[in-house]
Amino acid sequence: MIEIKDLHAKVEGKPILKGLSLSIKPGEVHAIMGPNGSGKSTLSAVLAGRSDYEVTSGTVTFFGEDLFAMSVEERACAGLMLAFQYPVEIPGVKNVYLLKAALNAQRKARGEPEIEAPAFMKLVREKLQFMKIDNSFLHRAVNEGFSGGEKKRNEILQMLILEPKLVLLDEIDSGLDIDALKVVAEGVNSLRDAGRSFLMITHYQRLLDYIEPDFVHVLNDGQIIKTGDKSLALELEDRGYDWVVEETA
Amino acid sequence: MANEEMEQLVSSEYKQGFVTDIESYTLPPGLDEEVIRYISSKKKEPQWLLDWRLEAFALWKEMHDPQAWANIGYPKIDFQAISYYSAPGAKDKNAPKSLDEVDPKLLETFEKLGIPLHERAALAGVRGVAVDAVFDSVSVGTTFKKELAEAGVIFCSISEAVQDHPELVRKYLGTVVSKTDNFYAALNAAVFTDGSFVFVPKGVTCPMELSTYFRINAANTGQFERTLIICEEGAQVSYLEGCTAPMRDENQLHAAVVELVALDDAYIKYSTVQNWYPGDEEGLGGIYNFVTKRGDCRGDRSKISWTQVETGSAITWKYPSCILRGKDSVGEFYSVAVTNNFQQADTGTKMIHLGEGSRSTIISKGISAGRSNQSYRGLVKILPSAKNARNFTQCDSLLLGDKCGAHTFPYQEIGNATAQVEHEATTSKIGEDQLFYCMQRGISEEDSVNMIVNGFCKDVFQELPMEFAVEAEALLNVTLEGAVG
Repeated sequence: MIEIKDLHAKVEGKPILKGLSLSIKPGEVHAIMGPNGSGKSTLSAVLAGRSDYEVTSGTVTFFGEDLFAMSVEERACAGLMLAFQYPVEIPGVKNVYLLKAALNAQRKARGEPEIEAPAFMKLVREKLQFMKIDNSFLHRAVNEGFSGGEKKRNEILQMLILEPKLVLLDEIDSGLDIDALKVVAEGVNSLRDAGRSFLMITHYQRLLDYIEPDFVHVLNDGQIIKTGDKSLALELEDRGYDWVVEETA
Repeated sequence: MANEEMEQLVSSEYKQGFVTDIESYTLPPGLDEEVIRYISSKKKEPQWLLDWRLEAFALWKEMHDPQAWANIGYPKIDFQAISYYSAPGAKDKNAPKSLDEVDPKLLETFEKLGIPLHERAALAGVRGVAVDAVFDSVSVGTTFKKELAEAGVIFCSISEAVQDHPELVRKYLGTVVSKTDNFYAALNAAVFTDGSFVFVPKGVTCPMELSTYFRINAANTGQFERTLIICEEGAQVSYLEGCTAPMRDENQLHAAVVELVALDDAYIKYSTVQNWYPGDEEGLGGIYNFVTKRGDCRGDRSKISWTQVETGSAITWKYPSCILRGKDSVGEFYSVAVTNNFQQADTGTKMIHLGEGSRSTIISKGISAGRSNQSYRGLVKILPSAKNARNFTQCDSLLLGDKCGAHTFPYQEIGNATAQVEHEATTSKIGEDQLFYCMQRGISEEDSVNMIVNGFCKDVFQELPMEFAVEAEALLNVTLEGAVG
């Protein structure tokens, strides 16, 4: 699904990613862990196409296409979604309006007709219920005055409606209590299937108890230095990152 | 709004820029007493009104252009190069007596602008809106006059009001905006041609929305309309105003005066969607919009609410204001001003508190894009008599790009220790994070900008009557076309 080869990227002139390679096949769930400043969030920002991140070398193909030749919205319409660590507030724009505009933009890109209002509302209500979110949520401005947990649930709600192919979950567990974490994890798990992949960025093993990964990678100083299965995450939780860094030094 | 409609809107240019090819009689350019006498005689005005005009003209000649203090720049206007009267039809033709006599070309023009003047066509809408249509210097027709008359409401052009209700015109004209108020108000008093007149008698709630649509068509002509709205005790009216002009290379002058009078417990809601031709992308052409609008809350518990969406004009200079004379009277000002390319706007409001317990609210949203320059200028003045007066002001500016400017000039004169005055102001660049968030969901950059900007303006749009809110959103999107990327 996505092939990242020898990726180098800078932020404000400072190299952050230094030769990162990663391949994700359909249906796989990958987790990326690593100390602060290792480049985890830079990776998701570069893949989603933030303009303040400069790719200096390397390639990324998404479904065989050159990802860097695509605009932000083209990447989104091709099925790449970033669930943000800090979802931004957009005053005055209703949640339901953003959801509908996004869904229709993506449908249009796929050559599908716009969704009819009743079908859309039915879909949204169903997903709201699943995410244990009150209907009034729809008429509030996007993320405005939302608690940390509500913001994260809103990201997952968007995911359930847009049904992306590859989801980048950037510290989706940060700021969540255990009940909210369960709801978020249920949302993610409900979308897991043979054609959809996830890349989770997290600090904590806790998330992986609820969303079980196929692979766990350790990112350090802009490179993946170790790959393992779920047990690697447990080991990291237990022993920290230093031993991995020393082992590969 | 559906995406396709949205796209159609953002990809369209100034749609109202066409010219109607119609025979018209236009006075040669120039301004002197003869011109004023001509206008007055053409309108068969009584002597007192002619005298009033001539006095205004004499005073105007001694006054100065406001360029010295407003944050706008333009070449000196040659007032002798402008024509002050242009009316469709031959020189000696009398004004049509009813809509049936109106030249079909004029009806077509308004039809094309989305303003059907046939009452049947208008009735097909969800709610009836009575329309007065002003073309250059004259009103071409007013709809639903009969229905309104049954409710006791007078809605006609001001020229007709001078003929049919001279006592009312004489009682109120110039009592809110005096003929010496300012340079452009004095000019307007001397040469005003048409405009609307509304009178809602005691206790009557006007049964439908009233609306005037102003259209400039002729070249080298100024439009100087004058509108007067009076609500007697306990009366209510909602009035809408729209305006467009053809695309022309030269600048055209529009200098209007609007006066509102609200007696005890009366409520006037005045909404404007201003879409005069803004000039082209290089800043060539466009309307100079120099307007004086003021409401007088003369009665106790009276309320005047201004809502404006200003997207057009090369230069906008206007400060719809309220004089809060009555006890517990209320003044409101909700404004969205959008400037793109080389447009300039210096706009805001004045809230003058005289009455005890009077309250005012000011919400101003300014959006600057391209190389445009915009200023909010507002005065809150609380006189010693206004015990316990309150004001809340919020001014937000949004910048699109890095070549535009936004300025805020708030003035406060507080003459009373019991007053409560709050002022909040923000200036932000359209958030890269907000844009990225929307685009990461698959929405195009242009649609994302429109969405964010419309959200920014929502507090004001929700004050507009339904039909206008949709039009306002659409206009905003057209104005910001190409503002990013």
